[in-house]
Amino acid sequence: MEWKFTEDRPIWQQLSQQIARQILIGVYPPGSKLPPVRELAAQAGVNPNTMQRALAQLEQAGLAESNRTAGRLVTQDRGVIEAARRAEAQGIIRRYLESMNELGYSPEEAVALLKEEK
Amino acid sequence: MNDMLIESWGLTKSYGRKIALDGVDLSIGRGKIIGLLGPNGSGKTTLIKILCGLLQPTSGTLAINGQSVGPETKAIISYLPDRMYFANWMRAVDLFDLFRDFYKDFDYEKAVAMCHSLGVEPRNRLKTMSKGTKEKVQLALVMARKAQLYLLDEPIAGVDPAARDFILRTILTNYNEEGTVLISTHLIADIEKVLDEAIFLKEGKIMLHETVDNIREQEGKSVDTLFREIFRAQPMEGGEF
Repeated sequence: MEWKFTEDRPIWQQLSQQIARQILIGVYPPGSKLPPVRELAAQAGVNPNTMQRALAQLEQAGLAESNRTAGRLVTQDRGVIEAARRAEAQGIIRRYLESMNELGYSPEEAVALLKEEK
Repeated sequence: MNDMLIESWGLTKSYGRKIALDGVDLSIGRGKIIGLLGPNGSGKTTLIKILCGLLQPTSGTLAINGQSVGPETKAIISYLPDRMYFANWMRAVDLFDLFRDFYKDFDYEKAVAMCHSLGVEPRNRLKTMSKGTKEKVQLALVMARKAQLYLLDEPIAGVDPAARDFILRTILTNYNEEGTVLISTHLIADIEKVLDEAIFLKEGKIMLHETVDNIREQEGKSVDTLFREIFRAQPMEGGEF
């Protein structure tokens, strides 16, 4: 996958978000094994400590869990994944409405225009 | 084992009247990748040469792994100089033989494997190699040791941007995890995402020593941007920007 980093935020946060995205869209299905830290770090071209921090964040969010023998697994709890997916969607909607607002459209007009777009 | 890998107090080096390092207090831990960042002539190479024992400080104290610089510290340091120092008639494998004799922690097979993954034929003579290829051979020599401290002086300066990524990946996947890597460079944007900490050096003094996460969190900008801001005030000497 293509890793992209912006200037303004710590890299671990961006990594965490991008891996979360991979979980939400099913690249890493529920209960599947995530690649080891070193491998992911090499893939993204980042420091292993940074990747470690990103994965710890995913665990804190409940999207992944450490297993003593099997390494790090994506959560089996589809409820958690669904909630994260919803939160991500709401973020996209908020950004859409904000952009439309800048262009001078009210939320109602923005919704109406969205419906026209099929 | 000491907590800190490198500790220095008031480290100073002057060349005649010119002061290259001016009272450097450093404290560097283990298992870190650290960027030593500064414009040309800020004292990066001088600091690295003092750490590996090629230069004597004019004053100040320095401890590496709790010891003063000597054979014991040299045995745990793997140093990549800013220029090539090998005879042209040698082949990469000759160098590997040499390093195997000199350093207990040198892994010959690893060096050969690294050459292959970097696209270098280790049986070729150095004189047939381009500047970038020679740098890759040198990198393989240095990273094939299981050292406590890797001192890399401008490891990516002489290669094209595509090769830079490749070299950074080689460093990332090959360094000893308990060891620390100190990389000097002025190509910050290329290297920022592999760093744990950044040290800004200006006119021989440490301006900033902070984790990259904290810089981004507190300043809301990348290390590269912050660097440009700090060093923009006066025109650079050397003019590589």
